Amino acid sequence: MRSGKEPILRKIKDGTIIDHIPAGQALNLLRLMGITGREGFTLALVMNVESRKLGRKDIIKVEGLELKPEDTDKIALIAPMATINVVRNYEVVEKRKAVPPKVVEGALKCRNPNCITNKPNEPIKSKFRTISYNPPKLVCEYCGHVMTHEDIVKQLLSEA
Amino acid sequence: MLRGRDVLTALDLSREDFEEIFAAADEVMARGRSQLNLMRGKIMATAFFEPSTRTRLSFQTAMMRLGGEVIDLGEVEKSSIAKGENLSDTVRMLDAYSDVIVIRHRLEGAAKLAAEVAENPVINAGDGSRNHPTQAMIDLYAIRRFRGRIDGLTIGVMGDLKYGRATNSLIMALTKFEVEKIYLISPPQLKLRQETRELLADSGVEFEEVENLEKVISELDVLYASRIQKERFPDPSEYELVKGSYVITPENLRNAKEDLVILHPLPRVDEIDFRVDSLPCAKYFEQAKLGVPVRMALLKLILGG
Repeated sequence: MRSGKEPILRKIKDGTIIDHIPAGQALNLLRLMGITGREGFTLALVMNVESRKLGRKDIIKVEGLELKPEDTDKIALIAPMATINVVRNYEVVEKRKAVPPKVVEGALKCRNPNCITNKPNEPIKSKFRTISYNPPKLVCEYCGHVMTHEDIVKQLLSEA
Repeated sequence: MLRGRDVLTALDLSREDFEEIFAAADEVMARGRSQLNLMRGKIMATAFFEPSTRTRLSFQTAMMRLGGEVIDLGEVEKSSIAKGENLSDTVRMLDAYSDVIVIRHRLEGAAKLAAEVAENPVINAGDGSRNHPTQAMIDLYAIRRFRGRIDGLTIGVMGDLKYGRATNSLIMALTKFEVEKIYLISPPQLKLRQETRELLADSGVEFEEVENLEKVISELDVLYASRIQKERFPDPSEYELVKGSYVITPENLRNAKEDLVILHPLPRVDEIDFRVDSLPCAKYFEQAKLGVPVRMALLKLILGG
């Protein structure tokens, strides 16, 4: 039986720890990262644990997978302000905060069917400006349509 | 300073920009109908991908009255678009031929895309359901002309607040001024979109959404009416139910202030009873006449005549 002081998840040697995930978003995040459980990574997942900062939070630990800096933006759109720790030989060698980017270009599709960015055959990429960081809220630079966190999560996961 | 700038949305314009346009429009008005030679040698291209009568003609008239020349893309069905050319390439071509492009398009953000492609300034003459900045300039200029000021007024905006590009642009433009209050008068189906409501809230302007004109008519200094389009209602019987409540008649103006001003971007269908036309508050035809001088002022400022 686990004593009260013992950490809920054991230490990992090499890999990634994503901490301070908003409670309930860990499964979405795994899906976004393309982790199904069949890849063979040793994976630990806790959800809805107590957190001083967030009240409740989720944590993911993946052994053997190192997240690249370019993955941070997408993670931030699902789990804003999560902490990404890169672990090598039991040491945290890099700590990144998943802050939603100021501008999101190309990664999302505007939900407004009448937006020029949805017109086929034009050399144009979607472009959103972040108007709120936590939870993330984006506004299309072309048509002014607002994407809520729910819209963003739904879209990112439908493509994942 | 407007020189060399694109005009894509009323939100991009500051109060100073609006005032610069009003002052230039005053000057143009003072000169009467005399032909000016400020734009001699300059060419304006109009590209209307959606039907328009008064906006296209008033832009063209404005450029001609300034002594400039006009080229027009013509009807889309007969132009290169019909052969499958995309917007970006069409704009690139017009940009090579002209000094300024005036564009109207069904899709939101089309003018912004055009501005990204073109080297010369692009003026949005209406795209999608949010932006029609030059109409907002005319509307504010009309308010200032007929009421002497914009600040401190109580303004009712009535009709299609959800999809109406004129109403949306006017509301955006009003956030740049210190109006007393804005009443948003519409059926529940055509209420302001969340984005615009948030914009109003952020601007600090006092506003209230109401469904009934008669409830607020006595408070209004300006009533801005717009068309409620049948095609916006999924059920035609629903349209028939609401449309009567948003028609201005001499009867529902009984409690209006004596100096109320009624404006409308035109064309109107049946939202203003013809009997209202002869009342002193009916200023919409006068307002329409301001389209040319305001657009002259804008072209002059952008092209630096």
